[in-house]
Amino acid sequence: MSKIVRTGASILYPFIVIFGLYVIMHGHLTPGGGFQGGAVIATGAALLLVAFSAGEISGMVRKSTLMGQETLGLLLFIGAGILGLIMGAPFFANVLANSGLLFGQAVLPGPNPGELNTAGVLPIMNIAVGVEVWGGLAIVVMYLLSTIEREGA
Amino acid sequence: MKRVLVAAIFLVWAAMLCTIPLFLSFGDPAATDMDTYFIGRGQADAAANNIVTSVVFDFRGFDTLGESVVLFTAVTGVALMVREKRKGEEHEDE
Repeated sequence: MSKIVRTGASILYPFIVIFGLYVIMHGHLTPGGGFQGGAVIATGAALLLVAFSAGEISGMVRKSTLMGQETLGLLLFIGAGILGLIMGAPFFANVLANSGLLFGQAVLPGPNPGELNTAGVLPIMNIAVGVEVWGGLAIVVMYLLSTIEREGA
Repeated sequence: MKRVLVAAIFLVWAAMLCTIPLFLSFGDPAATDMDTYFIGRGQADAAANNIVTSVVFDFRGFDTLGESVVLFTAVTGVALMVREKRKGEEHEDE
């Protein structure tokens, strides 16, 4: 693509990543969550892949790194579910809610803006799903575009 | 004959789709036990202000686990299908 598109994509990319991380991190307070935020960040990766060529990006980010990121997200999600078993509760039980530990603050009843340090394992699961969707969608776009460039279709 | 039949079925279907909502009362679902429970207990049990997230990740977390596994499987399938062939490997489809 032209230099204008490349410069614009380079400037926009950090803002897209920050917005996606905000959507993931505030998933238990505002609309959005892990899937949505991960999709937003993957959109930023698609923007970079379109502005620069897929071969150029492949030199910077290895595909195995993204694949490992996706696997890490899924393992973290299952680990957050197994945390309930470790603490003596059923699988996927929200053991950290109202416990006073990490993300363990109790929420006030009724409509209120909310605190970031609430909701127990929900923010951990949001982060895990966000990391997984980020890596997964980015690697799908990367694979498809690099195949199109290689085969010249 | 066949096209007339298809058009008739389509017209009946469209008419039903347009008229049936008129007989249903909006905002008055038949069963409200589940949503009353979620709205009443969501903030206390899941400690989250966003009830949608507490349903997706807490009350129905197992469903979300299946969703994540589906995504992982799909990505793995794409990666297997469009990967670069190794040197000396035969193209079976050409």
